[in-house]
Amino acid sequence: MTAPAAQFTLDARRVAPDTRHRGIIQTAMGKYEVVRDQRKLWFQDWQGARNLAARTKFAAVNQLDTHLAEFAKNLEARGTKIHWASNAEQARSIILGILKAKNAKVVVKSKAMTSEEIHLNDAMETAGCEVVESDLGEYIVQLRQEPPYHLVFPAMHLTRGEIQKTFQDKLLDAPTDNPEDLTMVARRVLRQKYIQADVGITGANFAIAETGMISITENEGNARLTAALPKTMITLVGIEKVLPRLADLALFLPMLAVMGTGQALTCYNTLYGGPRQPGEADGPEEYHVVLLDNQRTTLLADAEQRDALGCIRCGACLNVCPIFRNVGGHTYGTVYGGPIGSVITPHLRGLQDWKHLSFASSLCGACTETCPVKIDLHHHLLQNRRNAFAPATGKPSWWQKTAFKLFAPVANSPALWSLTTKLGRFGQIFHGLVKGSALDPAQAWTKTREVAPIAKQSFREWMKERES
Amino acid sequence: MTISLFIPCFVDLMYPKVGISMVNIFEKLGHKVAVPKGPACCGQPAFNSGYWDESRTIATQMLESLKDADVVVIASGSCGAMMKVFYPELFAGTKYEAMARELAPKCFEFSSFLVNKLGVTDLGAKFPHKVTFHDGCHGLRELNNKRPPRELLAKVRGLELVEMTAAETCCGFGGTFSAKFPAISTAMAEVKCASAIDTKAEYIVSCDSSCLMQIQGLADKQRQPAKTIHLAEILAQS
Ligand code: SF4
Repeated sequence: MTAPAAQFTLDARRVAPDTRHRGIIQTAMGKYEVVRDQRKLWFQDWQGARNLAARTKFAAVNQLDTHLAEFAKNLEARGTKIHWASNAEQARSIILGILKAKNAKVVVKSKAMTSEEIHLNDAMETAGCEVVESDLGEYIVQLRQEPPYHLVFPAMHLTRGEIQKTFQDKLLDAPTDNPEDLTMVARRVLRQKYIQADVGITGANFAIAETGMISITENEGNARLTAALPKTMITLVGIEKVLPRLADLALFLPMLAVMGTGQALTCYNTLYGGPRQPGEADGPEEYHVVLLDNQRTTLLADAEQRDALGCIRCGACLNVCPIFRNVGGHTYGTVYGGPIGSVITPHLRGLQDWKHLSFASSLCGACTETCPVKIDLHHHLLQNRRNAFAPATGKPSWWQKTAFKLFAPVANSPALWSLTTKLGRFGQIFHGLVKGSALDPAQAWTKTREVAPIAKQSFREWMKERES
Repeated sequence: MTISLFIPCFVDLMYPKVGISMVNIFEKLGHKVAVPKGPACCGQPAFNSGYWDESRTIATQMLESLKDADVVVIASGSCGAMMKVFYPELFAGTKYEAMARELAPKCFEFSSFLVNKLGVTDLGAKFPHKVTFHDGCHGLRELNNKRPPRELLAKVRGLELVEMTAAETCCGFGGTFSAKFPAISTAMAEVKCASAIDTKAEYIVSCDSSCLMQIQGLADKQRQPAKTIHLAEILAQS
């Protein structure tokens, strides 16, 4: 077993039976499901909207090269500096280079999963900068030195009491566990940071090729302050975020809001088109956009799974996933958790090290059913499994291969099947002696579940008797 | 018509009553039932585990044994999805592809066969109990089988159906997943069981014996008051 697989198994074993954790997530998700379903009804034709979104995204991904060139050209025309980063290392050094040139001491950030992906905070801190997350959820997990738990709700695993305690320990200020009071505490701290910050770093929800604009959707106004107050702004964006037309946002912004948080639209939807232009009152003096590949082109080259690049990171597949809901976001050990993470992590970080995530699924398909851009998530998990073990693309495990090789002739031959039925009945007598114990070869099942006995007469035996 | 009835391996061994009920139901409706002399398994365990070559060893035999069938009824949504939806993918680009594509439209899960193919919903069954229905994921999402089992249950005399909140939530079986990740699988079964028990139904009904094995297995171990029964067993009661 690879190290990430061993860690996953260990963490899953700890978290899955934890009914307290399960309860927190179920309650949060219960509320989300109600509003999500109400808002979905506001669409005249939700399935039609999904089809259109899937088509638009897929077409955009298939013409990534032209859209990206257009996007870059349009942004550059208004004085934005575009940087192309092939991998995490390059992206980090581009950003660290800008920080150094600006002699930056304090960096304020709005939510960006891409920055988690390239481990940007660590790199900036090592370079001597103070880094502050300005999204409330991100700020809370940053104070706790934890990675975000969920793509959209970074701190959803925490209770109010735990957040109060975190604030008390780290900020020495937490009068009550009332969410409004706690928000006011964070706000006081963060307002100071926006003013002190030399550089603001954001992520992006969409990149509009037609106009050369970055679209950011948020609820706290923190991304706006991150963009508006520091003199230098940097946006780190995955190359797959590109949409051809400004009008596409009319579909994607409400769709992302509905599936992400169950809102009709999030509170602040802003387009960033460049640094402060002559005559403008605010905005950064310098604007850098870093376009990140980091294996996205590898996924693009996979004709079967390319649609996964259409992901708008709404988190809806995580929310409905029974695996996610039981093992929680941290167990995945990846930046992108849940079904979409299980699909793309093997592409981003290596199939052999991350294939276990594709196996940690009952293939129930709830993710695929819910995904607003119709990514064929659970079938991609099947393809990852095949690619992991097929002789041409992966490494078969000899014992599994042997087991399936031995099973095939038994299943194929009525005589051998009938013999197996009888042997099974016989073996069952002895199974009772070890059932559920460490000696039980079926312990993985029997420790928590009873086994159904083999019937006195199997169906095939009944049929045979009947025919004779 | 002659119905080729495929009884998957574990149903054959552990739940023969499900198959026997189906035979009785079809014969009562005036059809002839043939049980093909093909493989006992559809090849799904190897397929889902990533071993497509080994899966094909079984699935080719299945294709051969069913090539002359008019219709094939499969006593499980999951194995049904394997044969109807995944065989064409499994055999894509091989010489069996055409055969797999030919077989697909002839395959039906039991409840959808009754309702969608035969147009039968009332089998004259009587089952005076309060029940709740568990949607097996493959039946629900690969075969789009939400409606048929409910239409059949609606016609059963004395039966009251109470939907559970988590009707469409996976029970956590998932084939080899249940043994590879027992902690996650068990947690999922607990969620399912709790939702079913909440309805105060006497029985949990499903079209998939594998899900019922998981739910019953957990309930028995934890001494929870849950009883499971396959839809076919209810429909065969008079
Ligand atoms: S895969 Fe689909 S559902 Fe999941 S986060 Fe991406 S867009 Fe949302």
